[in-house]
Amino acid sequence: MSEIREGLAYSREHEWAEKRGERIVRVGITDYAQSLLGDIVFVELPEPGTQVSAGDSVGSIESVKTVSELYSPVGGTVTAVNESLVDSPELVNGEPYDSGWMIEVELGGDAEEAFKGLLTAEGYREHLA
Amino acid sequence: MKPDKALIFELSRPGRAAYSLPECDVPELCADSVIPAGLLRAKPAELPEVYEVDVIRHYTELSRRNFGVDNGFYPLGSCTMKYNPKLNEDVARFPGFAKLHPYQPESSVQGALELLHTLQSDLAALTGMDGVTLQPAAGAHGEWTGLMLIRAYHESRGERRTKVIVPDSSHGTNPASAAVAGFETVTLKSDERGMVDLEALKAAVGDDTAALMLTNPSTLGLFEERIVEIADIVHEAGGLLYYDGANSNAIMGIARPGDMGFDVVHLNLHKTMSTPHGGGGPGAGPVGVKSKLLPFLPVPTVGRRADGAYFWDGDRPQSIGRVKAYCGNFGILVRAYAYIRTYGPEGLRRVSECAVLNANYMMRRLAPYYDVAFPGVCKHEFVLSGKRLKAFGVRTLDVAKRLLDFGYHPPTIYFPLNVEESMMIEPTETESKETLDAFIDAMIRIAEEAETDPQLVLNAPYTTVVKRLDEATAARKPVLNCSCG
Repeated sequence: MSEIREGLAYSREHEWAEKRGERIVRVGITDYAQSLLGDIVFVELPEPGTQVSAGDSVGSIESVKTVSELYSPVGGTVTAVNESLVDSPELVNGEPYDSGWMIEVELGGDAEEAFKGLLTAEGYREHLA
Repeated sequence: MKPDKALIFELSRPGRAAYSLPECDVPELCADSVIPAGLLRAKPAELPEVYEVDVIRHYTELSRRNFGVDNGFYPLGSCTMKYNPKLNEDVARFPGFAKLHPYQPESSVQGALELLHTLQSDLAALTGMDGVTLQPAAGAHGEWTGLMLIRAYHESRGERRTKVIVPDSSHGTNPASAAVAGFETVTLKSDERGMVDLEALKAAVGDDTAALMLTNPSTLGLFEERIVEIADIVHEAGGLLYYDGANSNAIMGIARPGDMGFDVVHLNLHKTMSTPHGGGGPGAGPVGVKSKLLPFLPVPTVGRRADGAYFWDGDRPQSIGRVKAYCGNFGILVRAYAYIRTYGPEGLRRVSECAVLNANYMMRRLAPYYDVAFPGVCKHEFVLSGKRLKAFGVRTLDVAKRLLDFGYHPPTIYFPLNVEESMMIEPTETESKETLDAFIDAMIRIAEEAETDPQLVLNAPYTTVVKRLDEATAARKPVLNCSCG
């Protein structure tokens, strides 16, 4: 069974979002997403400073099976990307919620508003069922 | 390393040769006296030095490792890997076709021009279109040509339309072709039955819609039942409909894209009409259009004068220009002509009926062992999901690898993307019931092995030259050169 971590917010496109501090949100893909993709071989991430709206495609994830888009579940400015994925894309398969994170976004608008459209862990579990 | 696995370069020995050239009977010239020094290589090319018998054995051995339709069943969904009658190979090699020069005077190639002219009208009749260009060299080239025609049509009306709508079930090259042709693509999600979602389509079309690209039957092996409504929605918004003929093996003589409301269509002659396919070409992707797009077709087409003579017709001032040297890949067009003439209208219809029958037969027999992705009747191909095998730790990839041990080319796997652990199977009409049954039995046996002895499936294949490849490492840390010596 795929892990769904409590306390994170989830998009229907299988990204997770974690609030880190007042304005910063860390984003990655869920355990379910990585298990569907299979062995991930390449991750393409945006340049820090890129402006994104919620739902925008901000990068791509290539596995041995397919190439899939990474959507940002929140809007704002990309402040950091996980550089270690360039050499070790397998981190996404191994620790999708920890060392396999993808980008950090500084929220453009109200934090509560930004998370409104996202699912709770419970909601995401139902979404997968 | 065993000699049979060596590269030709590793067989090389200094001074060894396959053939001794006779003494030169013309004055010898030094290369540097006729070619500028900057264009000459400083040291000789490192070509392998081998005996003739080494060359023959090496390449014969390699060729035996190939898998093709001529040595086994190849149900690669979406690719129509069917048997190509050898008769049409003979026809394409007739000296009157094979030894022509494209610059010969028209009067000396009337037979070849008549063949092209007839093929243009046959393909127009088969697709319900008003005119055809035979120039494009492949399916994707046809897509690009069709999109350039659509652009020229809109521009001639003073309209600037920038978006091409592509359903997520469409053929994978569609969004790529649209991008290369300079359009922005808009992806449309399918509904739960795998069909175009009409409400989503209505929301997506607008005065910037250049075209909707559709494969019908779709890549899921399903016929878009509401195609006429789809066409109306796109046309009302001022857009055109593009038909990807990738799956035309399912509808020949039964349904025509022109009657469904499509304005532009391409056909993959190397899939449907008798050209060996899968080795990288050559292919042919003729494009048919409705009358409103005729002024933009690539030049030249083949025309016929009042006196009956055929000629290269370049009189098309609004043409998008030439998209391929000469008339396209002529040998492929000859094969297609021979195929159409051999079968005739009734025969082509039977081809599609049998392709659909074979697919439905296989789907029904496999349904108890794998999950059928979409209920109901399929067209020429169908999608299974291997998800129930996940409980035993076996995935679709493992099933595909195990099929190699039974001597089959696996089906398309992990496509379409919207089906978990998908397998897409297209048997084509050219296989006997015995072949279909043998493949089905192998699939059933693998499903049983997955349950009783999963390790057997996980370690497959056992009978191939190379065993299970580490695809993840190959993609993550590719080694792209060979250090010989």
